[in-house]
Amino acid sequence: MFEEGAIINELFIERLNYLIYVVLLLIGLHAMISKNNLMKKLIGMSIFQTAIILFYVSVGVKEGASIPIYLPEHDPHGSHVSLGAGNETEEASHGPVVLEAGLIKKYANPLPHVLMLTAIVVGVATLGLALALCQRIYQGYGTIEEDEILAKIEREEMRAHPSVAVKSMESSKPATSKVKKPATKSKESSTLSAKRAKSNPKTKAKTAPSTSQLKSSRSKSASSQPKTSASKSSSAKAKPATSKPKTKAKPQAKPKAKTTARPKSASTAKKTAPSKAKPRTPKK
Amino acid sequence: MGLELFNTFILLLLVVAAIVALRVKDLLTASVVFGVYSFLMCLLWAEMGAVDVAFTEATVGAGISTVVMIATIFNLKRKSSD
Amino acid sequence: MKKISLIPVLLVGALLVYAAQDFPEWGSPNSPASQSPVSSHFIANTGVDTEVPNMVTAVLADYRGFDTMFETVVVFIAGMAVLAILKNSSKKKAGSKEFEVDVEPDLIVTNTVRLLIPVIQIFAFYVLAHGHVSPGGGFQGGVVMGASFILIALSWDLDTALARFPADRCTLVAGLGIVLYAGIGLLSMFLGGEFLDYAELAQIFPVSREMARYHAMLGVEIGVGLTVTAIMFSLYANLSTEGRLKGGL
Repeated sequence: MFEEGAIINELFIERLNYLIYVVLLLIGLHAMISKNNLMKKLIGMSIFQTAIILFYVSVGVKEGASIPIYLPEHDPHGSHVSLGAGNETEEASHGPVVLEAGLIKKYANPLPHVLMLTAIVVGVATLGLALALCQRIYQGYGTIEEDEILAKIEREEMRAHPSVAVKSMESSKPATSKVKKPATKSKESSTLSAKRAKSNPKTKAKTAPSTSQLKSSRSKSASSQPKTSASKSSSAKAKPATSKPKTKAKPQAKPKAKTTARPKSASTAKKTAPSKAKPRTPKK
Repeated sequence: MGLELFNTFILLLLVVAAIVALRVKDLLTASVVFGVYSFLMCLLWAEMGAVDVAFTEATVGAGISTVVMIATIFNLKRKSSD
Repeated sequence: MKKISLIPVLLVGALLVYAAQDFPEWGSPNSPASQSPVSSHFIANTGVDTEVPNMVTAVLADYRGFDTMFETVVVFIAGMAVLAILKNSSKKKAGSKEFEVDVEPDLIVTNTVRLLIPVIQIFAFYVLAHGHVSPGGGFQGGVVMGASFILIALSWDLDTALARFPADRCTLVAGLGIVLYAGIGLLSMFLGGEFLDYAELAQIFPVSREMARYHAMLGVEIGVGLTVTAIMFSLYANLSTEGRLKGGL
């Protein structure tokens, strides 16, 4: 298990630095993805950054090497001191020399150090910038928890653009509480409605596919009976369509006066209900 | 051998410090533990012969960035949800 | 959410660990990074070219001077961006502050700091100027210098620190550092060399070409130090007060 070439030996004894750099990098990455607090995300980012620096410095290490500062015998100023800086002949004989190849091994590799030295200082400057943004977010939203910020943004959007808000509400409706059936329905009819969305801008062409889609949805879930096909088809059409991507849904909401009247009432009902219920739901 | 043992010890301590800094719920504690993490990193680099990097990390990572983080938390909420 | 995020993380981890097996052994002098002609050239020739014993400083300020100049510009831009983000931002306040500090500066703390500050600032100058022969340089010296001002702000209050280093002067000093850096580069360009080719400065200063590089590096480091000092202090001053530059920690 510990013999030459075995994976344990490879990774844990000879390359522990590389293993730890991977572990730290993953800790930082996971924190950046999954932490909810923005400050925690920034700490994760800093850990990620130091993991990269650890990798660079580990690459530049030479076993048994000195730090990258010349020893006195290779350094003109150092040898002057030791020889008691006198006449020119001594100075000439002890001038700086190009190191021969054997001696290069005695000094650590300076290049990664230089690269990382500037990276650290730039890192703290950008960290300060990120912290300033954090403070600004806190001033705007009163929190630095990501889910609360998202909920507040959604609510503000609702207040600013009711039509957009209706759409986002409709799209979020199947997921939340109202009915479980539309969620399954929209999944099955998604291909249909996607096809329909292409030919949709002409209002003439949409009746036939919508009825077929309606039929399929009725056969699947055995929901309410759409006797008055005009109003029902329009409403049924509006619902899966709005659960589609938002750009597609925009032209569909326009043509019917009935559909606009319907979501209005829904929006007023929704404005009271989910604005209170919304922020709670993502909060596990 | 002694140096390798030191290296291993610091590396494991680094992982512990990173996890603690991310798991603790109090942001002030988190940034102080992050300062500890930076100092451990600085120790590791001094041991690897990167003295300039170690010096920079000791002044910047452990000094300034901890202070700046605490200055920010002073203006924010101290509690974190995770 | 947490469970899902583990999937890409573990995927990345598996790939990196798989790749880590192909890395050279830790500390091996024969690794490709250590064998590369670039770093070998730096190690072998720094003493001859620049007479600077500390290779890191020489590579930082001379061989890779262009890189370092723009790193300094990045620090400057980040500081200016913090100013721009937080300026006039605290009109509308949504959240409340966690705790308020309005106590008198403590006698023991202020007297200790009064003794410490000169030592710290002299040490900062030493680190900056002695970076050629020992670990240190413009970045470290600048940060230590900036930390001394932050220490004043922490132990008295921000107004005391701002009386010694006003906020608008921070911006000025930060810009001055970059101007000094670029000015040395431009001066060597006007003397017939390339941008940041310090050896040409030997024409106007009574030193050899190597020592011209040595001393020009010091000038460049001073420029870096000025910028970093000002930006670090300005970062703290703005972040601790949300850009109001009043009250604070």
